[in-house]
Amino acid sequence: MIRSHSARLAGVVAGLAALSLVAAACSSSSSGGSTSGGSSKLTASAPGITATTITIGSHQPLTGIAAPGYDEIAPSSNAYFQYVNAHGGIYGRKIVYKYLNDQYNPTITATDVHQLILQDGVYAIFNGLGTPTHLAVAPFINSEHVPDVFVASGCECWNAPSTLPDTFGWQLDYIREGKILGAYIAQHFKGKKIGYFYQDDEFGQDGIKGLNYEIPKSQVVAEESYDPTNTKIAPQVAALKAKGAQVVVSFSVPAFTALLKLTMLGLKYNPQLVVSDVGSDAITLAGLLAEFAKNKTAGFGNSLTQGIITDGYLPSLGDTSNSWIALFHKIYEQYLVKKKFPFDGNVLYGLAVGYTFVQAMFKAGRNPTRQDLINAVNAGIPQASAVAPFAYSATDHNGITGAYIGIIKNGALVQTTPVYVTDDTPTGAITTYSSPQPTAPKSGIPSP
Amino acid sequence: MTSQVTEQVEVPAAPRGRLDWLNRSTLGRHLAVAVAGAVILYLISVGLDAYRDYLMAEVAATVVAVAGLTVLIGLSGQISIGNGAFMAIGGYTGALLFSHLHWPLALIIIAAALVAAAVGAIFGVAAARLHGPYLAGATLMFAVALPFLANTFANQLGGDQGLGFFVTTPAFLGVNFSLQRWQAWVNCAAGLIAFILLANLIRSKVGRSWRAIRDDEIAAALAGLNIARLKILAFVVSAAAAGLGGVLLAIFNGTVSPSLFTLNLSIQLLTAAVLGGLGTLAGSIWGGALLVIVPIYLEDVAVGHGFASQSTSAAIPILAYGVVLIIVMLAFPRGIQGGLNRLIKKKGSA
Repeated sequence: MIRSHSARLAGVVAGLAALSLVAAACSSSSSGGSTSGGSSKLTASAPGITATTITIGSHQPLTGIAAPGYDEIAPSSNAYFQYVNAHGGIYGRKIVYKYLNDQYNPTITATDVHQLILQDGVYAIFNGLGTPTHLAVAPFINSEHVPDVFVASGCECWNAPSTLPDTFGWQLDYIREGKILGAYIAQHFKGKKIGYFYQDDEFGQDGIKGLNYEIPKSQVVAEESYDPTNTKIAPQVAALKAKGAQVVVSFSVPAFTALLKLTMLGLKYNPQLVVSDVGSDAITLAGLLAEFAKNKTAGFGNSLTQGIITDGYLPSLGDTSNSWIALFHKIYEQYLVKKKFPFDGNVLYGLAVGYTFVQAMFKAGRNPTRQDLINAVNAGIPQASAVAPFAYSATDHNGITGAYIGIIKNGALVQTTPVYVTDDTPTGAITTYSSPQPTAPKSGIPSP
Repeated sequence: MTSQVTEQVEVPAAPRGRLDWLNRSTLGRHLAVAVAGAVILYLISVGLDAYRDYLMAEVAATVVAVAGLTVLIGLSGQISIGNGAFMAIGGYTGALLFSHLHWPLALIIIAAALVAAAVGAIFGVAAARLHGPYLAGATLMFAVALPFLANTFANQLGGDQGLGFFVTTPAFLGVNFSLQRWQAWVNCAAGLIAFILLANLIRSKVGRSWRAIRDDEIAAALAGLNIARLKILAFVVSAAAAGLGGVLLAIFNGTVSPSLFTLNLSIQLLTAAVLGGLGTLAGSIWGGALLVIVPIYLEDVAVGHGFASQSTSAAIPILAYGVVLIIVMLAFPRGIQGGLNRLIKKKGSA
């Protein structure tokens, strides 16, 4: 009796212990080339900088719920760094990029970032991915006065020059994105019933905030949120249908955009879908739709993404005449095809943010201190691969300030409007940005 | 009665030396071990670099939480898959007191454990009526549901963003003293004190009563033990330890947010308790240390061999961690401490 009880208990416990393996903790990393070269004047001007190398670190979800798609970003940035390293580096120094796997778990993020800063002595934290994850480490990074550049999240939280002076966003922030999508919806779907579907965290809430700045309250008939750990979203979708929403705006990650579409299909509900940039990469979505629906028919995924309205702050992947797409595709073919990545939005993102870092490092000077990099970004970074300029200044740490609206057709995003720029305030006007995008340098490397 | 008499007979009639009080006084013995532990931990902490001091603080926080769970499961025979939620209560209590009332750190730590204990008492009342899988289910629900409060009361609890909890090194240590070493000291000191209290409790009448309930509830009730009250007490102790672990976790992490206290954390605590050996405090040290250090070590190995730069190979260290867990459980079905005890016994009898 005694034995059987404790044996049963032990059984339960052992079973649960096994369960925890599903998300057990670990990290991993990678690095770029590190062969020597360069001029004699180069010195070890800051932690992480030697005469021959610049070592930077990051935390990335390489496994776990956020990994699908996002795990391509860091290897893509690294591909751009390898390209730069192979073509003379930054003033002769090669970039070594060490990114650790935090599994999108803030406790692991904290351990990873402590390791990168305290043990590995990286010069900067670059493109740390995720809102909850990076929030757990941004204050620590700032307390160590380490540059925290180009966080991979559109949270407004990175724009806090007084409390987080060393942190900078990069991608279009979710409030601006919400405003631009909202203005488009208000103009093109006048009088239609509108429903929101959003991730219940900073990401979704900031997006809804932006939408509400532009869409008349009377038009919004339903606001349904989801928790990223619960994939059962049928009740929310049924509520959207019951309230008669004719346009559904979704601030969701790719997996939940796919779930939303499939659940709608199951409920024979077919409203116009408007999806934020982070959840709308056509190639990622098509793959997820086919996988979730277990439908291997060619073109199945693309048939479901057809007609989705979204926004883009980088040039459309299908726009082969764009010099940036041409450059990044060349680097993709050289370094990333062998990794079996598709040329999708995540790859483009990783390459583009890598380019911005190289721009900033050239501006920081030949022998930069950590503060030199902060000062360089505060002084502004010229527009490059993004369709709109950066906001960077000493008082504004947001990144890209605008986007165009597009429609997914046959698995590719087609731009349908000019580029709009705006600020992150409730009343700030949304204006058309008509200056042409600068063309990519022939060398593929920003000039110092 | 009889047993009391026997115990008295066993006490030596004449004092044998100056250290004799240690043999008679449980508290004295535990204090001596704790002082020795403190010296060892101090020496370790000053020998380590900042990053490893940080890991030391992390291990200390984890060990305390695991200790609470191992007492609950190993001694009182109840199960909890919800101790991550009690950690959240401790962590958030600490962060709120820190940012609003600016209490001294020691008071904050004590208050966090007490608040978690109070919630544990309420939960324990319900839990005392439940057994086995039903209790597991109830605690599981608690672990899943509680973090959502942070979003419901986003203005007070900071939503997903959470609350900051940035301790600084005290002035008397000088400006250049490493924050990580200070964090390690705070966490290890709090952990040691918790261990003294737990060790005494285990050796006390309460501890013996828990073991009686665990082994046979009906017999224990017939012997006059108040089963419900003892079960609730076990929950309170376990929740207090978890709350303490939570506030310590918040101290080394610098923030508390809902995503720190996922269901996964609760299950990992269970893993560590089982791995170390249920019911022994030494086991919780093994379990807690393993939980923190093994994944990091495996990652370093994987990185050193050029693995783990993208999703497929990044899974290798996680897989290896799983294999380590399986091997430990196969080799030591009673956990590491259980296995060590058996080895020592064998040696003794040989």
